[in-house]
Order: sequence, then structure tokens, then C-alpha cells
Amino acid sequence: MDVRSQISMVFHLDKCIGCHTCSIACKNIWTDRKGAEYMWWNNVETKPGTGYPTKWEDQDIYKGGWEKKYRGIGLKGAGRRKGLFNIFHNPNLPVIDDYYEPFTYKYLDLIESPDMDDQPTARPVSLITGKPMDIKMGPNWDDDLSGTPDYARHDPNMKGLSPAEQEALFQLEKMAFFYLPRICNHCLNPACVASCPSGAIYKRGEDGVVLINQEVCRAWRMCVTACPYKKSYYNWDSGKSEKCILCYPRIESGHAPACMHSCVGRIRYLGVMLYDADAIQDAVSNTDDDKDMINFHLNVILDPHNPKFIAAAKKNGIPDSTIKAAQDSPAYKFVKEWKIALPLHPEYRTMPMLFYVPPMLPVMASLTETNNKAQAEKMDPKAKVWDDNWLYDTSTEDLWGTIDEARLPLQYMANMFSAGDTKTVRDVIKKLMAVRFYRRWVTVGDVTEEKTNTILKEAGLTAEAADEIYYLTALAKFDDRFVIPAAHREQALEMMEFTGDAKGSMGFGFKEPPKRGL
Amino acid sequence: MDILNTFLFIGFPYIAIAVFLIGIIYRYRYSKFTYSSLSSQFLEGRRLYWGSVPFHWGILFLFFMHLAAFLIPDSIIAFNRHPVRLLVLEIGAFMFGITVLFGLITLFVRRINNPRLMPVTSKMDITLELLLLTQVVLGLLLAFTTRWGSTWFASVLSPYLFSIFTFQPDITAVSAMPLLIKLHLIGAFLIFTLFPFTRLVHMLVLPLQYIWRPYQRVLWNWPRKKVRDPKTVWTRFRPKNN
Ligand code: SF4
Ligand code: SF4
Repeated sequence: MDVRSQISMVFHLDKCIGCHTCSIACKNIWTDRKGAEYMWWNNVETKPGTGYPTKWEDQDIYKGGWEKKYRGIGLKGAGRRKGLFNIFHNPNLPVIDDYYEPFTYKYLDLIESPDMDDQPTARPVSLITGKPMDIKMGPNWDDDLSGTPDYARHDPNMKGLSPAEQEALFQLEKMAFFYLPRICNHCLNPACVASCPSGAIYKRGEDGVVLINQEVCRAWRMCVTACPYKKSYYNWDSGKSEKCILCYPRIESGHAPACMHSCVGRIRYLGVMLYDADAIQDAVSNTDDDKDMINFHLNVILDPHNPKFIAAAKKNGIPDSTIKAAQDSPAYKFVKEWKIALPLHPEYRTMPMLFYVPPMLPVMASLTETNNKAQAEKMDPKAKVWDDNWLYDTSTEDLWGTIDEARLPLQYMANMFSAGDTKTVRDVIKKLMAVRFYRRWVTVGDVTEEKTNTILKEAGLTAEAADEIYYLTALAKFDDRFVIPAAHREQALEMMEFTGDAKGSMGFGFKEPPKRGL
Repeated sequence: MDILNTFLFIGFPYIAIAVFLIGIIYRYRYSKFTYSSLSSQFLEGRRLYWGSVPFHWGILFLFFMHLAAFLIPDSIIAFNRHPVRLLVLEIGAFMFGITVLFGLITLFVRRINNPRLMPVTSKMDITLELLLLTQVVLGLLLAFTTRWGSTWFASVLSPYLFSIFTFQPDITAVSAMPLLIKLHLIGAFLIFTLFPFTRLVHMLVLPLQYIWRPYQRVLWNWPRKKVRDPKTVWTRFRPKNN
């Protein structure tokens, strides 16, 4: 057993309002530079939709992630053989048009335009060539456009849905969509690390952050292909690949990453998880069935309260403060204790350490057909024509029934969060519904205690757990959402350099080993 | 004439070697960030295939053939003793030369025609491209005009190059060579001189270690068990990540 600690994250999708504040916070700090303008280390997608880069989930196109081989696993589009053989031209590399051509506007034209009859305009210009261009794609071009034929219909997660189910998703009246914020998952079995021929990408042992050493990267661009989440980006100007660094300078000094800190919906949680590094190899290669991956994945994560694991962690040099952080970790609670957060596309077998609480809202209510005539007559005919006969139905009679009649089919969620296994997603949604039902009993009181208890039991929750879930979902304060292990400021310098070198140095403003001159 | 020959075939090669060695080491130590293949595939991927692949495989072959003629001239001459083998080798090498030429021209046209590529094209890139193009054309021409280069290279030029590397330069043979061959040699020295200042340095960091290193890489800023070792006062373990 080799116990290590990992900074892990949970995004609660029900709470995401799709405001993109997170993306902007990240962009302002890290990627507002030449060559990186098109990169969104944090991006928010509308689902169903094609995402960024377009159709990134379709690994028949992008060839990302691991796949099961005869024995063990292998990289789908990179790896030793493919990586070295294709080093002169990588056939699976996305190009800039798969993301979008970065642009700006000639704002100065507005100010410097001479006096004339027409309003001056600020023309869009390409940030690559500097020439005027027609904008065909942009960041979040498909924002909120889920129902339109261009986007939702091409969502790779639609597979396994019957044509009728798919069609229902595109009906304006029935349409449902949600937002999916994505950052690098800082995987336990990162495909990007494995694919890098130079060995420039590495996982930090102390906190599991996956980084690219800019001095070692040689632009072989295999990581861009290998990361199934397309979260390793190629900087076309500097000729180096870059990726989300989980704001490690902020984490080291005890701050939440910028995207998490700024999140308006407060959907983001961050905490430490302990895992057994020795178990990873078996976990990713043992099963042929993608659906088992979630269980294998979760089994690698260790219970931070178990004395055996604590002892093993201490033996490995994990500080007490980190173990304490692991015990208080909101991520651990969501993922392991309550089991209501799932990894995105576990079938890629990278073991992502960013987990999602699947959205319930489109599931919770169904649309029933009713006669809305009486309602329609009350309306001012000039103000609005009320002619549809749908009712947003939240009745509590047939509790679990709404899951299957949900406007966003369960199969769709399952394709995203559990390799197509509807049972896993269903169990999660049941728990989330049970918590709502329980709160309805507590606050509104229009349901019976007996029924509440049955439902909690059926979902596999206790009243205490429901209270805790409710607290962490709805009321949690900053310090509950982000449990960052003590930064050990006394060691912060040592993380970057050997302090013994500087001992005995003198002066301010420069540091040099006190070495005798020649 | 003698002075010119002495400079071109004794002075220049030594300058080239010195600049090459000092240049690559200095650049690696003080500007490691700039060691990159600077791939532009991300901006344009389809045409690159028709340029980059023939160019790279072709030049790799030619490079190793030149190296072989220099390092093991006797074996090459022995190999060529049989006319069929000589013919196969010569035609093969010529085809690879054509491949490189095709690749270089494709790459050049691609660079110039695609406005997206101009921002990532430096003056040095153009210089290098033209230099390589000249060198390949010279090589093809002299392979065509002065036949059976694999043999005469091994018997005439290899001893000359060898004399350079053993610091006993002997240019009598080279001075008598036709102009084309002299130009090809000078081109080679020029490429070596420019090498540290171009993107060519990426060939020095060809990631062969990938073949034997384990897939996953985990780095500890400190070897975590040793840094806490109470038995030692002065740790000798340096952080690994920079
Ligand atoms: S999400 Fe992609 S870039 Fe991030 S660690 Fe996983 S494989 Fe690497
Ligand atoms: S800031 Fe938060 S709520 Fe807004 S889009 Fe990002 S994740 Fe969603």
C-alpha cells in the first residue's frame, strides 16, 4: 500500500447557472496571452451540445484516453509506438478550427475614425493573422443553444437513446439542458503524462496536481491527442503545451483556485482525498466492462478515518494537517460517503479526480398534458398568447416514476457519468430526490413523515445524512466548501529550491551561494 | 586560391564545430525553454503531412547514410564492390533525396501560402529552409553528375573529414574536387554553424528515453520519506522540479 494525497474536486451541477465567471477568472489570471487566447482551462458547456473543442467526447474522432487491450490498457491515439512513429505528423491532433480562431475587435477604429456620415464600426480581426475575419466560432458559441440542430443533435452522448427520446429533447416545449463546467481532472492515471515523449508532464506527488514543465516540453503535441477531455492545449506561439495548473500557487498558500473562489453558483468543492497508488494499475486494467470502472475507481480512494490507512499515510510522510484535511474533505463526503458525485466519462480510464453531482432539475419534474384553457382566458390577450397545454408537474404521488419520464433521459446522464450504466445515475438521482423530499417534509410539511422515511430508506440515506447533504449543498460556507490542507509556509520555499544553498548568503535582492571565488 | 581553400576547408569547419558545440550547450543551459520543435501542425495540419513526413524520413535516411560513409567507409566500399548493390544504394539514396526535396518544397509553399503560418515563421526559419533547399538540390545535382558518390565519398571525403576531427587537416584531395562538391561541403558547414540558432536543435532532444521510461511520472518536490528523516541533519536531496 502506497498512500498518497490528492486535491480532488466536486462540481454540483444543479447549482451551476452557466454564468462563465469561472472561465473569466481563469482567463484573466493564466491564459490572457498570445498563443493561449483560444485556451479555456476552465470552460462551461451547454449540455446536450457539442462542447469545446467541438465533439470532444467523440473518441472515434479525437482518439483520446485509454482503451482496454488484451492485457492491461493502452493509449488510444498515442503511446510509445504511435507517439514516436507519428512524431513528424500526429494524425490525431485537433487543429485550431476544432476550437475556434481567436479574435478581437479593432476598438481603436471607434476612437480614431475621422468625421463621417456613418457610425464607425469595430471590425473583428484574427488574433493569429491580425487580418479582418468572419467569426464562425467562438468560446461558448453554443451557449444555451442546446435544442438547435447544429449542437444537441451532434452530442456524442446521444448514443443509446431511441430516436423518439432524442427527438423529444429537441422539442422547444420539452427541451431541457444544463451546464457542464470543465477543468483538467488531475487524473490518477493521466493519459497526458503517459503520452508525453519528453517526459515533460508529471503528477506532483504531494497533491496530485498534473503539470507540464515548460522547459522540457518540445512540442511533440501528443498530450493534446491523449487527453480525452482535451484539457491539454498547444500554445501555437510559444510552441509548448499548457494546461490547467489547479492554481497551485494559490493552493500552496491556502487559497481556493480562482475558478472555485469566484464561482457564483457556489457549485464547487475542493478537498483532499487519500488514495492507494499501488492499486491504480489493477483498477484501470482489470475489467473489460467500462461500467465497472466507477467501482474500481472509487475503491482506490481510501477512508481517511480508518486507523490503518492513517498509519500508512503517516509512514509515507503525509503531514497530519493533510490527513486532517482529508477527514474534513467535502469531496470525500460527496464521492465516497454519500456516493452522489460521479466522475465524468469513467470509461476513458484516466481516473479523473473531478467529480460531478448530476443535475436533477430536468429530472425532478415531468411535463403532463393538461387543459390550460381557464388559465389562458385570464391572460391579457395582447400581452401574451397562452396556448400550450403543458403543466410542469412536481407532484409527489409516484416518486421514482418521474426519473424515468424525465425530460432529460436517464440514459443521457448515464452516458456522461457512468459509462452508460443507468443504475448508477439512478441511485444518485434517487438520493438527491430523497433529500429534497425530506426537506419538503421539514419545511413545507405537506408530506407525511412516514412517506419521508420510506423514501429516505429506499434511497439509502439516513435523516442525518440528508441534513448534511442539505447543509453542504445549500448553506455551506467558504471554509466548508474548500478544505485546503495547511500550506506549511515553512516548507513553501523548500518546494522550489534547496534552502541549504542559501544558508550563510548575505545581502538583499540577490541570492548566491557563499562560494569562494576563483 | 590556396588561402581560400585553407580557409574554407580548414578554418571554416573548425569554426562550425566550435560554434555548434558552444551554441547548443549554451542554449540548452541558459535558454532551455527555446528547445522546441515549434510545430505548426496545430494551425495547419493537412498539408503539413505531405511536407513534414517525406522531409523527415528522407533526411533521416540521408543523414545516416552520410554518417555511415564517414564512420565506416571501408564497409561501404566493400558493399559497393558489387555493381548491383552499388546501383541499388545509389538509386535508393537518390530517391530519398527526391523525397526530401519534395517535402521541403511542400513545406515552403505551405508556409508562404497560409496567412496563419506567417506569425509563427521567423526570418531564421526562411533562411534555414532556403539553405536546406540549396543543399538538397546541390546534393542531387552532384549525385547525378559525379556518379557513384557513395564510393568516392567513402574513399576521398571521409579521410578528409577524418583528418579534420583528428586535428591533422589534409585538404589536398578536397582542393581538387569539382565546384559542386565544394559547394555542398560549404553548405554543410554553414548548416552546422547556424544549427544552434535555429529550430534544428529539436533533433538533439529527440525523446528516445520514452521507449524505456514507465508511462506515469510522479515527481516529489522532496523525496518525501527522506526529507523527514530525523537521522540526518543536512539533507543532500535537491528538489526535482526545476
Ligand atoms: S484531464 Fe487530461 S490533462 Fe488533465 S490530468 Fe487528465 S488526462 Fe491529463
Ligand atoms: S462560475 Fe460557477 S455557476 Fe458560474 S458558470 Fe462557472 S461553475 Fe457555473
